[in-house]
Amino acid sequence: MSEPVLKVDNLTIDIPMAQGTLHAVRGIDFELKRGETLCIVGESGSGKSLTSLAIMGLLSKKMRCNAARLDFSGIDLRKQSPRAMRALRGDRMAMIFQEPMTSLNPAYTIGDQLMEALQLHRPVGRAEARARAIELLGKVGITAAESRLSQYPHQLSGGLRQRVMIAMALMCEPELIIADEPTTALDVTIQAQILRLLADLQREMNMAMILVTHDLGVVARIADKVVVMYAGEVVEKGSAREIFENPRHPYTRGLLRCIPVPGKTKPGEHLGSIPGIVPSLIGKVEGCAFRSRCDVAEAACASDVPVRRTGEDHMYRCIHEVQAGAPS
Amino acid sequence: MLMFTLKRLGLAILVTFTVSLLSFSLLFMSGDPASAIAGENASATDIEAIRALYGFDRPFLVQYADWLFGALSGDFGQSYYFRVPVAQLIGERLSTTMLLGVCGISFALVTAIPLGVAAAMRPNSLIDRTALFLSVMGQAMPSFWFGLVLIVVFSIQLGWLPPSGSSTWKHFIMPTVVLGYYAMPAIMRLTRAGMLEVLNADYIRTARAKGASETRVMFKHALRNAVVPVVSLAAVQMGFMLGGSIVVESIFALHGAGYLAWESIARNDLPTVQALILIFSLFYIVFTFLSDLVNAWLDPRIRVG
Repeated sequence: MSEPVLKVDNLTIDIPMAQGTLHAVRGIDFELKRGETLCIVGESGSGKSLTSLAIMGLLSKKMRCNAARLDFSGIDLRKQSPRAMRALRGDRMAMIFQEPMTSLNPAYTIGDQLMEALQLHRPVGRAEARARAIELLGKVGITAAESRLSQYPHQLSGGLRQRVMIAMALMCEPELIIADEPTTALDVTIQAQILRLLADLQREMNMAMILVTHDLGVVARIADKVVVMYAGEVVEKGSAREIFENPRHPYTRGLLRCIPVPGKTKPGEHLGSIPGIVPSLIGKVEGCAFRSRCDVAEAACASDVPVRRTGEDHMYRCIHEVQAGAPS
Repeated sequence: MLMFTLKRLGLAILVTFTVSLLSFSLLFMSGDPASAIAGENASATDIEAIRALYGFDRPFLVQYADWLFGALSGDFGQSYYFRVPVAQLIGERLSTTMLLGVCGISFALVTAIPLGVAAAMRPNSLIDRTALFLSVMGQAMPSFWFGLVLIVVFSIQLGWLPPSGSSTWKHFIMPTVVLGYYAMPAIMRLTRAGMLEVLNADYIRTARAKGASETRVMFKHALRNAVVPVVSLAAVQMGFMLGGSIVVESIFALHGAGYLAWESIARNDLPTVQALILIFSLFYIVFTFLSDLVNAWLDPRIRVG
């Protein structure tokens, strides 16, 4: 198989706050090849969005980001100047955000914003940029693409705006696309369409895709690999099949229990939930961050947690050695 | 856009008529105009004669209609004091005031907007603090005092600029600075606040994710959205400068319309006062209308339903 597009090793993000340092992301690693989809799953505040912003080089200046390795197509992102990062952003790596309603500039037409994405990186004229914009609007399933170009964001629905955002991200045919909860703000019916669209385009253009989400139903449909994050840490990662068939970490199991399964979950049956909230990450975080909410926690969870591996590429972080298929 | 313009225009015309009615009524709010013109020791017959001469004995609405139709054709009557047509009197003064107003607001915008943007780019930095200091100074310093200080330094001590008059462009430098500096703080702070708010917007992050440079993010994506309230403020300030630059006009002996208004009020020259009030109000109305159009151009959400 080809070289990975993205290699992340021991990525940490610290945010200095008045009360101390917030260790928002603590030692993330994963790698991703062209044509693969990696899903980062976790609840709000687990650091999944920060991780994607860190790859794009879009973290705020106040945040401190470190990594043993942060390679994109053989380029060491840690050593790139702001100018070099700018040249990569939007060209070879692109991002789609959660809020389609506010992610487009209200003052400019859809056409202006699409064409800008291409013209920032390619020496093309307006006519050529326009043709490309029309082509991509067609590709993301927008009808009457040509007349849309002169419309403003407020004239479009949320679903259409997200399609425009996707078209914009694809203007330069990036190698890597990062979608940060692209469907969270949309209606359920639209969610499925947008996801299918993303998955199709990813396959068609042979991109590497990172999909950040808290929706495991989404993951099941399109992920090749899954990274489960909890409180800034990877608690489990592996192939999508492994994660869904043999979840090892109590948190992953908890998440899976929260999904109703059509045909299996009976009406009125209690869906699983994970009690409690994510602990504060200010100051030094020791032991397993999930222990306060875990129903199999022991005293040993407060000290270092071993990283366990089962089979190819499946790792989890728990003191319990869980057998495959063991009841959760 | 056409509908929007027509709506605003209709509104502007309505306001103009209301203002004209109010400014005409002023004549009767300050007591009996006939006895005011006749003077303190006038006899009852003299007052009646004046009343008939000036037509004050006619019904109010007739007088108003008469005055309004005159005003529409540029005839505001005779000045009681100068004994010349008010239109001619104001015409001579207005060009000075308008020149001063345009220079003043331009100076304010050209200094305030870049300073506001720079301050927003680096909050609490040296440049932000300097800008804050300058704006507090501008707000706190009375115009007459600042004007006098400039005269002392640049006219008397350095001898670079003429202290008074309006014959060359040099005469307008100090008045422009004094007038513009008064308007600058509010515009600067509003630009800064608007930019700070807009810079947190999701579409700014999108622009960065596209690979846009910081300058492009600031000026293409952020400023256009941040400047909408600034345009409205500048329009009001501009109206204020044209009508209320009395202090600055007196200090630098620029005989403009503001100065004329002050003179006419002191001399009870009612036709002149009425005409000036109407004209100053018209300035406000016109600038508000123009700022609405500029804002509609800047922000499509206003013009495209």
